[in-house]
Amino acid sequence: MSTPVSELTPQSYKSDEHPIWCPGCGDFGVLASLYHSLAGLAINPNNLVVVSGIGCSGRTSGFIKSYGFHSVHGRVLPVAMGIKLANPSLEVIGAGGDGDGFAIGGGHIPHAARRNLDLTYLIMDNSTYGLTKGQYSPTAPVGFQAGSTPYGNIEQPLNPLAMLIAYGATFVGQGYSGKPRELADLITRAIEHKGFAFVNVISPCITFYNTYKVIPPLLREVPRDHDVTDRTKAFALALETTHVSLGVFYQVSRPTFEEGVAEVIKKAQASSPPRLDEIFAEFS
Amino acid sequence: MIDYVFRVGGEGGEGVISTGEMLTMALARAGFEIYTFRTYPAEIKGGHANFQVRASGKLLLSYGAAVDVLLAFNEEAYQKHYKDVHPGGVVVYDSDSYVPPSADSLIFYGIPMTSLATEKVGIKLTKNIVALGVLSELFDIPFATFEELLKDKFGRKGEMVVQKNLLALKIGAEYAKGQAKRDQIRLGPGPRKTKELVLSGNESLALGAIAAGCRFYAGYPITPATDIMEFLAKELPKLGGLVVQTEDEIAAIGAVLGASFAGKKAMTATSGPGFSLMTEMLGLAVAAEIPAVVVDVQRVGPSTGMPTKTEQGDLYLAVYGGHGNCPRIVIGLSSVEDCFYGIMRAFNLSEQFQMPVVVLSDASLGHRKATVPVPDRSRVPIVERRKPQGAELIDYKRYRFTPDAISPMAIPGMEGGGYVAEGLEHDERGFPAASNHEMHLRTTQKRYTKFQEVEAIANELARSYGEPHPDIGIIGWGATEGVIREAVEMAVDKGYSVGALHPKILYPQPLAKLREFMEGPKAIIIPEVNFTGQFATLLRKRFAYDFIQLNKCIGLPFTPKEIFDKIEEVAAHVHAGQRTHAAKL
Repeated sequence: MSTPVSELTPQSYKSDEHPIWCPGCGDFGVLASLYHSLAGLAINPNNLVVVSGIGCSGRTSGFIKSYGFHSVHGRVLPVAMGIKLANPSLEVIGAGGDGDGFAIGGGHIPHAARRNLDLTYLIMDNSTYGLTKGQYSPTAPVGFQAGSTPYGNIEQPLNPLAMLIAYGATFVGQGYSGKPRELADLITRAIEHKGFAFVNVISPCITFYNTYKVIPPLLREVPRDHDVTDRTKAFALALETTHVSLGVFYQVSRPTFEEGVAEVIKKAQASSPPRLDEIFAEFS
Repeated sequence: MIDYVFRVGGEGGEGVISTGEMLTMALARAGFEIYTFRTYPAEIKGGHANFQVRASGKLLLSYGAAVDVLLAFNEEAYQKHYKDVHPGGVVVYDSDSYVPPSADSLIFYGIPMTSLATEKVGIKLTKNIVALGVLSELFDIPFATFEELLKDKFGRKGEMVVQKNLLALKIGAEYAKGQAKRDQIRLGPGPRKTKELVLSGNESLALGAIAAGCRFYAGYPITPATDIMEFLAKELPKLGGLVVQTEDEIAAIGAVLGASFAGKKAMTATSGPGFSLMTEMLGLAVAAEIPAVVVDVQRVGPSTGMPTKTEQGDLYLAVYGGHGNCPRIVIGLSSVEDCFYGIMRAFNLSEQFQMPVVVLSDASLGHRKATVPVPDRSRVPIVERRKPQGAELIDYKRYRFTPDAISPMAIPGMEGGGYVAEGLEHDERGFPAASNHEMHLRTTQKRYTKFQEVEAIANELARSYGEPHPDIGIIGWGATEGVIREAVEMAVDKGYSVGALHPKILYPQPLAKLREFMEGPKAIIIPEVNFTGQFATLLRKRFAYDFIQLNKCIGLPFTPKEIFDKIEEVAAHVHAGQRTHAAKL
C-alpha cells in the first residue's frame, strides 16, 4: 500500500534497487537532495516519472520509488516530452550526465528549452565519462588527460549555464553535490518552476576525475542582489571565470508548451466538430 | 467498359498536380473508380511534373499501362510522354507553348490555353482550368461536376475567384466545341451511384490511425511521409490529440515511446533516412515492451537517394534494423483502402503484444489517390493493451512471466504500479539484470514467444487470388498487390494457371500459409520494387525454394504488363517441361 501523501519522507522515495556508484561519488549527494526535495514537496510517487539516460547518473531513475523510464543514451528530453504531453498532470523529472545531455543528446536541449515544457532537467556534471572509464566529456577542461586524450584535451569546454540561458530555458540554476541542503532547495525551486527548469549539478567523479579539492574554493553563492529576470546579468554570471556560482541564475515566466497545446485544441475544436465522420466528409 | 488513362504533364510548380487532382475529383464524383499516379521533381519550382489518373467503371488495381489522353502543357511534357500514348490515343496540347510535329498514330487537339486564359479570363494561371473545360467538352466528362468542384474548391476564396474559374472552364469548353471530333473517347456519367471518398494512401493511413485511437503523433518532415503529419496536425487537435514536430526523427520516436509509456496510442511516420535514425529506439521499445507504431513511407535509397521516387527497399531495415535479438512486427500496406485498415491493425498488434510495429508504405502508394468506400471502422475492432487490475497491483511486476508472454502494463498515475521502463536487460520487476545470464535467455524467450500468436494472425490475414492451385505462383508484398492482381487476372483470362499470395504481416511471416501455397506451383515468381529481392531473401531463409525474382529498380512501380510478361515467360518454360526452380529440399 502506498504511503499517505502527508507522511512522505525522503525514505519514501528510496527504491529497492541499490545505487551502483563508487563510494564517494557525487551522485549520492544529488540523489539524497532529490529525495529530500520530493518529500518536501510531498510529490505523490504514483504521479512522478523520472526519466534518465545512460551513464553513471543515468541510473538515477532506478533508485527512485516511483514510475521511471531508463531511456537510451542522450534521449532523456524527447522521452520526457512524450510523457508530459501524454499526461500533463504527471510530475516529470529528467536526469543524466554531461555526456548524455551535452554530447550525444546535445541536439535536444535547445528545443526542449524553447518549447518550455513544464519539466525539470538535472545534469550531474563531472566532466568525464565515468562508466567508460574516464574519457573527456564536453565540459572537461583543455589539457584534460585520459584514455582518448593521452596528449591532453584540445577542445574548448562548453558552458552549460550560458548555453541554456541562450537557448531560452525559463529556469537556469547550478548546484554542488557536496552541498546537499542547498542543492535540495535549488531542486525544489526548479520543480516548483512552471516551465523548463535546468539545474547543472557539479557532481565529482571520485574515481576518474576527482575535483573534490579543486571545486570548493571556487564556490560562492549567486549574489543576493542578482536579478534573476535579467538575462544579460545571468549571462555575465555564467561567463565568470574566477568563481563557480551556486543558485538560481535566471528565472522568467513564459507560457508552457502544454498551455500552447491546450490553446491549439481549443482553436481546432471551435472551428470543426470533433467527429471522425465529419472528417471523412471532407474527402468526398 | 470504360477504362481510360489520362496524363497531365508540365512545368513543376505551375499547377500540373492540382489540375490532375481536380480532374481526379471530377471523375470520382461523376461516378468512376479512379487510380492515380504522380511523379514530381525534387525541386519545388521548375523541373517536370506529371500526374496520371485512370478512370474506370470497375474497381481499379493499378495505374494502367498505355495512356489514352495526354494533356501536355509544354514541349518537355510532350517529348517525355508521347511514346506512352497508345496508337489512336489523343494529345491535347497548349498550342501557345509548343506545337508537336504531326504523327499518324496520334490524334491532336491544339488549344491556345495560355492566350485564352490571359486574354479572355485575364489570369494566366487559369490555363489549367481552361484545360479542364477542354477535357470536359472533348471527352464528355460531366461539365456540371467540374462546376460544382470549382465552387467547392474556391468558395472560401470568395465569389470573384469562383466566377473567374467558372469563366475559364466555360471558355475552355466553348473553344473545344469548335474542334472537329476525331476520337472515340466518351465518358458521360459513371456507373457508381454511391458516395465514395477520394483519398491518397497517406490520407487513408492518417484516417485509420485516428480511427484506431491514435492521439499523439511526433515526427520530422520528410518526403514522401510529411503529409501524414500535416493531416494529423489538422485533425488530431479536433479530437483532443496533438502533433509535435520534433527536432529530428530520434526525438520523434523518443516522444512516441514516452507518450505510449504514459498511456496514449502514439505514432510516428517517416521515410528511409529517418527510419534509419530510429533503429536504436526501436530496440528500446522491444526491450522495454512499449507499444509504438512507426510508419516508413519508403523512397529510393540508400542515403538521400531519390526522395520523390518509390522503392520497396527498406524491408531488411524494418525486419532486422537494430542490434541484439530484437523482435518487432512488420506490416506491408497494399492499397489505399488497406492503408486505413492496415494501420488500425498495426495499433491493435502493438497494443496487444506490447511491441513496436513497423508499417511499410511507399511513395507510389502514399501519394496516389483512389476512390475507396467510406471506411467501416467496425471491421477492425479496437484492441487495448492489458493493464494490471486489483491483486496484480500488489507486489506488481511489470515484466511478469506469463503463459502468453504478455505482462500487464501499468500506466503512470496508477497506484502501486510504479516501475521503471528499462532498456537494460532486466528481471520481472524491471530491475536491471545486466549480469544475469539466465535472465537474459528467459526475457529474450519471453519477447519472442509473442510471435507465436502474431504468426497465427499473419496466417489469417494473408490474401490470395487467382487460381487456388496454380501451376505458377506469385508471392508479393506491400503496394504491388494491385498490379499483381491485375496481371493474374490478365493471365487467367488468357488461360494460364496462375495464383498469388499476398501476406500482410511480413514479419513474423505467415509460415503455414506460405508453406501451403508453395506445395503446388511448378514455379513461384516474387516481384519486388528493389534490386536484390529482399522479401525473396527473407523467404529463402525459411524455405529451401528457388524463387524466380522479378525486380524493378528504377524508382517506378510495376505495370501489370511487366508482371504479365514474366508470367508468360515462366509459363513457356513450365509448359516445355523445363525446370524453373531447384527441387524443394
